[in-house]
Amino acid sequence: MRHDHLITSKQLSRADIESILDRASEIDDDPEAVAQRQAGTLLGLLFFEPSTRTKMSFEAAIKRLGGDVVDMGAVESSSVTKGESLADTVRVIEGYADALVLRHPREGAAAMASEFVDVPLLNAGDGAGHHPTQTLLDLYTIRENAGLDDLTIGIMGDLKYGRTVHSLAYALTKFGATQHFISPESLRLPREVIYDLHLEGVTVKEHESVDEILPSLDVLYVTRIQRERFPDENEYAQIAGEYRINAEILEDAADDLTVMHPLPRVDEIAADVDDTDHAAYFEQAHNGVIVRMALLDSFLGDDDD
Amino acid sequence: MTETNHELRVSKIRSGTVIDHVRGGQALNVLAILGIDGADGEEVSVGMNVPSDRFARKDIVKVEGRELSQDEVDVLSLIAPDATINIVRDYEVVEKHRVERPDSVEGVLSCPNANCITTGSEPVVSRFTVLEDAVRCAYCETIVRDDIAAHIDT
Ligand SMILES: [Zn+2]
Repeated sequence: MRHDHLITSKQLSRADIESILDRASEIDDDPEAVAQRQAGTLLGLLFFEPSTRTKMSFEAAIKRLGGDVVDMGAVESSSVTKGESLADTVRVIEGYADALVLRHPREGAAAMASEFVDVPLLNAGDGAGHHPTQTLLDLYTIRENAGLDDLTIGIMGDLKYGRTVHSLAYALTKFGATQHFISPESLRLPREVIYDLHLEGVTVKEHESVDEILPSLDVLYVTRIQRERFPDENEYAQIAGEYRINAEILEDAADDLTVMHPLPRVDEIAADVDDTDHAAYFEQAHNGVIVRMALLDSFLGDDDD
Repeated sequence: MTETNHELRVSKIRSGTVIDHVRGGQALNVLAILGIDGADGEEVSVGMNVPSDRFARKDIVKVEGRELSQDEVDVLSLIAPDATINIVRDYEVVEKHRVERPDSVEGVLSCPNANCITTGSEPVVSRFTVLEDAVRCAYCETIVRDDIAAHIDT
């Protein structure tokens, strides 16, 4: 796999994805073997909005490969508050680092920034756009728990603004998964995503309730419905309540159903699910580090390449 | 209308471009998409809602002293897919083209997504991929299907 930048999961072929996931498995089995793979490599972290966990996960990944980070720090303390453009910021910071990780509140930020730099740029989230490293760790978790072949998955919650969902749904088309999308009417998949899925030959199956399809699912991927998406507090409380799951609801599910969530959750998955065999969301979060190690190693290569 | 009359009508300018068979009501958008506002002194005449044999009503735009480039013709396809471009020299139509849809257009449209990176103060020109029945922002991937002319960056 050779790519200059990682902007969206769309640019990765099935073979690319499988090679990263295989590498992650190897790293998981023997982390010591790669402990110096990226010795001397500096990763530039540019987080234009707070996302402590994604940032920590990248930092842990490069350090476990023997590399280190240079961190722009909080936006408030940088030149950005003086009105510097993103294009200028990345052109300066690329001089300090061997690769850049960018998180930005605007859609298209990573695509644009990548046009201004020569070092590899990894998108760690651009507004409601893409978050390809989250997708890779989701795929890894699915593969470990349910397998990626003949998969039937339900993706539930905020499908309109949830970038995790969009990237994941697209990537899953490459594995021929059957995908069910469960959301309130007002938070259905945007037409851009439906368009992309149609191009891949996927029939988008939308549902307002998980009940009818729950027994058929191998994986249920739950996302948070945010309060700010609803102008009215009562409407929020009523609608969000219909997209919560607990251990009792899961009694109708297959015994080997895997429940995932990008975290943090609020109350969309009740605590009583944590103790069931269904819960895979903490494992999912932990997988972030090894998958990012695998990805960084693939993108950065080493002296032997 | 006979072909002879038609030729007469579009040949009335001395040298320049006649854009014919523009859908009724789109003439001003054609000028906008070409960035022609008369400020450079070009002689521009516009016929709107002219009876036509191909449409019930069509618009015609004539620009004296300026021959459209292929890029400009391509961009026109977004709002005037049926247009015919006549290049006129010394009152004669010397070239006649139909518009063709380009793969992408740059710097012509502005992205309707207020949260798109291209709508901030970044040093980039907009770029849209041209789909069969829509255009799509190359940065934030927003699809514009209806009323593309409303997004012309003037
Ligand atoms: Zn855009």
